[in-house]
Amino acid sequence: MLIRRPSDIPYSEVTSKNVYLSRRKFVAGVAVTGAALIADRLGREIVWPSLRVQAGTKLNVVRGPFSTDEKITPFDDVAHYNNFYEFGTDKEQPATLARNFRTSPWTVAVEGEVKKPKVFDINAIMKIAPLEERIYRHRCVEGWSIVVPWIGFPLNGLLKQVEPTSKAKFVAFESFYDPKQMPVARFAGISFPYLEGLRMDEAMHPLALLCMGMYGEVLPNQNGAPLRLVVPWKYGFKSIKSVVKIRLVGRQPPATWNLAAPREYGFYSNVNPNVDHPRWSQAKERRLGEFFKRKTLMFNGYADQVAQLYAGMDLRKYF
Amino acid sequence: MKLSAVMKSILFKKWIKALVFLLCVVPLAQLAWRGTHHGLGANPIEHITHFTGDWTLMFLLLTLSVTPMRKLLRQPALVRFRRMLGLFAFFYGCLHFTTYVWLDKFFDVSDMIKDIGKRPFITVGFTGFTLMLPLAITSTAGWIRRLGGKYWQRLHRLVYISAMAGVVHYYWLVKSDHTKPIRYGIILALLLAYRLVVWLFGRRTSRLATQRALSVSPSEFSVE
Repeated sequence: MLIRRPSDIPYSEVTSKNVYLSRRKFVAGVAVTGAALIADRLGREIVWPSLRVQAGTKLNVVRGPFSTDEKITPFDDVAHYNNFYEFGTDKEQPATLARNFRTSPWTVAVEGEVKKPKVFDINAIMKIAPLEERIYRHRCVEGWSIVVPWIGFPLNGLLKQVEPTSKAKFVAFESFYDPKQMPVARFAGISFPYLEGLRMDEAMHPLALLCMGMYGEVLPNQNGAPLRLVVPWKYGFKSIKSVVKIRLVGRQPPATWNLAAPREYGFYSNVNPNVDHPRWSQAKERRLGEFFKRKTLMFNGYADQVAQLYAGMDLRKYF
Repeated sequence: MKLSAVMKSILFKKWIKALVFLLCVVPLAQLAWRGTHHGLGANPIEHITHFTGDWTLMFLLLTLSVTPMRKLLRQPALVRFRRMLGLFAFFYGCLHFTTYVWLDKFFDVSDMIKDIGKRPFITVGFTGFTLMLPLAITSTAGWIRRLGGKYWQRLHRLVYISAMAGVVHYYWLVKSDHTKPIRYGIILALLLAYRLVVWLFGRRTSRLATQRALSVSPSEFSVE
């Protein structure tokens, strides 16, 4: 995309989208060439980027299934209360520190036990299936929850493209990691790149969403742009952000929190009010915006859809 | 030297206590401002809990730094602020505890008892808070007199345990990023190490003094 600038702005007659998106570099360049010359509106936009970071691009969506009619959490709460440890462990940090995160160009490698491994461009992924809006409950392992209108399509839509073989029993996910863009990540106390995994039948379940947007727009950087997973019946940390690699494998893959503290975070991590975290109770949760805690529901209220995946399993053992 | 003389004269002024008091109220004012200006973020109760917990620990460390500071800087007048700082630690601790009991648990006693029994970080935090209670009560001049300086001082060494409990409470509750609790821990360790060194040194010198006294004129030394 080319944006033609008026001739009274000498330093950048043409601004490509990439340059525009990497605002910090852009601002540095501006500082060198003379910030005083910035036209009023453009200048304000760069120095004081709107709270809605990059999430300006509207998406065309259709109504998807499984949506709850519960009250949607305000956008600003969801966009300013993030566990995205690559960009800081305080919840307000990612909104600021991910501001210049480069999410374009972006590719996702889908490989492993598949017939047709492929590296997908994000734009190609967006066209695999119609984008649906799905309003899901999202329950964090820390005991808070939100209701978010995500945008995406079932993960199985992408997986079917590469034709998994019969050897594929699990799906391993890997987040983007670049210490240069994520300088505070080294203080997080967990290892990166962030890894997650699902069992094959979980990954193929129609509730498991490959997500590219929320609230009608593309994902803000701090919410896992440009592509994340949303697995609403599991604790939030299973819904891995900014995915770059998806690998179909025969054995249960490693998962970051499980590696960091195996006693506290199991591989499955299904929302379960009856199995406490060793350091706090999981029986209740605080919905952001509400004063009183509410009871946490089994599988975060998606038991009707997913309980049969775990029939006969001891969920205390496989927490 | 001049500077320290000026400081000394300022520290003995009456108004300085009022000023320190006002400074100690600033965090509370800040919290109140945030509360009335949409500044508490998406999870206000969590914000208040963390804020008051942080300030409890900071005031505990400030209280514990009074003695080393007044000795190292040779500003004995600093001791005038110790009780106030300690009481503010207790005050912010009360706010922290109230936030937990009222806003977080909403007086659900059975839930809280379960918490205190089952969750080590709550147990240790509750212990730290409880230990501050007798210290706050006996902080008055009357209680110092009633207990006698020696016993009073001994009792108030509980603050060491309270501060340690506070740091452990913080360390145990975070998920993985231990930067902040470790920072508190290091400062506390330094403050306690200072006391340990002084104590060991003091024991040695007093022993030496005793020996010297004995060797010079044993007749003057009597055991009571």
